[in-house]
Amino acid sequence: MIREGFRSITTHGFMSFASVTIIMACLIIMGSVALLTLNIHRMMNKIENRNEIMAYVDETLSEEEARAIQPELEKIDNVSSVRFITRQEALDNFKDDYSEDMMEGVDETWLRHRYEIQIDDQSLMPQIKASLEATPGIAKVNANLENAKIIVRISNVVTIISLVLIAILAFISIFIMSNTIKLATFNRREEIAIMKMVGATNHFIRMPFIIEGLILGILGGGLAFAAEMGLYHLVTERIVSPMSENWFQLIPLQNIALPVFVAFMVASIFVGVFGGVNAIKNYLKV
Amino acid sequence: MIEMKNVKVVYQSSDTVALDDVSMSIKEGEFVFLVGPSGSGKTTVMKLLTGEIRPDAGEIIVNDFNMRTIRRRKLPKMRRTIGAIFQDYRLIENMNVYDNVAFAMRVVGAPHRQIKKRVPEVLELVGLEGREKRMPNELSGGEQQRVAIARALVNNPRMVIADEPTGNLDPVRSLELMLLFEKINEMGTTILVVTHEKELVNAFSKRVIAIEGGRVTSDGMDGYFSYEIE
Repeated sequence: MIREGFRSITTHGFMSFASVTIIMACLIIMGSVALLTLNIHRMMNKIENRNEIMAYVDETLSEEEARAIQPELEKIDNVSSVRFITRQEALDNFKDDYSEDMMEGVDETWLRHRYEIQIDDQSLMPQIKASLEATPGIAKVNANLENAKIIVRISNVVTIISLVLIAILAFISIFIMSNTIKLATFNRREEIAIMKMVGATNHFIRMPFIIEGLILGILGGGLAFAAEMGLYHLVTERIVSPMSENWFQLIPLQNIALPVFVAFMVASIFVGVFGGVNAIKNYLKV
Repeated sequence: MIEMKNVKVVYQSSDTVALDDVSMSIKEGEFVFLVGPSGSGKTTVMKLLTGEIRPDAGEIIVNDFNMRTIRRRKLPKMRRTIGAIFQDYRLIENMNVYDNVAFAMRVVGAPHRQIKKRVPEVLELVGLEGREKRMPNELSGGEQQRVAIARALVNNPRMVIADEPTGNLDPVRSLELMLLFEKINEMGTTILVVTHEKELVNAFSKRVIAIEGGRVTSDGMDGYFSYEIE
């Protein structure tokens, strides 16, 4: 039966080629959009992380007392990380950012100990700010609520657009792929009718289609993976890297290669095997 | 062996009664012509015998299988007991003569060695030795029908049913084909030939069952004379 599968691919060469090409094209388009979406999300996350909250400790507290507040802050819901910054560190940071002249005469006593707080969900920033303000020992909280609102809004729009886009593409892809397979098997209905007539079981008829679907699926998925990785490498190395800042870096190729490979293979083998079996279902009813 | 008793078939889509109270009995080893004009119900009989459709009433037994109650998954087993031949040959265009015949043996899971031995035997029987490598489109109509006959015979069926097998052939080729059927019948296989070719039927002294308007109108050895179409 495996031989029948291979024989079938070679005897229906053009339709096999068409099926592989269509599967490949659909996967590359879907994969590219999915990777673009993933990268946009990563970028949004980075932007969100930059919009941290600063909680300043009451200046009457000593460094030990100030450090003792940390567990209280970590307990607050949606707080993802809390980093303590001493007066001295804060001063050093200022010195790095501003010129020596501006910082002349300024010492660490001008500044407070502080906490740099990152949160999971920007939309909850007002509540977190209130909780921080209510924590004993915290004198002042700086949180950019306007930025948080904008980030949340952009993030929501991006999520909706990407989901809709992926859904539309998935629908179109499934439609195109199933029609290609239907077309490929339509030519074979006579062959199936003859097989039925001479007493072939449905299992016997289906098996070569399953094997054929498997082979074409692996071929389509593998080629699409290779093409997608080539494309991604090109975009990462040649276009994005040279022109952008650190925050705009794409997810490294090695991090996405395995998930993309698995997704492509599963999708193309499923389409190949299930599509083929489903397409001939009607011809078996005689 | 075919036993039909009071068979009725109604096509629901057009509300047409295709067969009405049809009874006939064909014994093992017989050679029978089933004749009648277009739309008389001949093709419906063929479809009943191959299990493509089921009767709305009555009983049909084909080679010991009850065609009214047969389970769908038993149909392949039943179909292996008959060899079916059609007017349009129904060969697989991208397979050569040998493969078109061998394919019917592969379908039933015959071992490779047996296929290699049996296919040349049947090709010789139908007069196609030396043409194994030809593709169907390189053969004449008569030769293509011989390939179809070889395919029908290759699994040693108990019965061969042929639906208008000479429909696309000239009179000489048609006569040759009928002689081939006669030869196969002499080897013990039951033959049922569905046709509307009066002269061909009358050239052989065989049993003729005539059907018209979905009913059997005559059944005997009197040839096609008893049955007037025109």
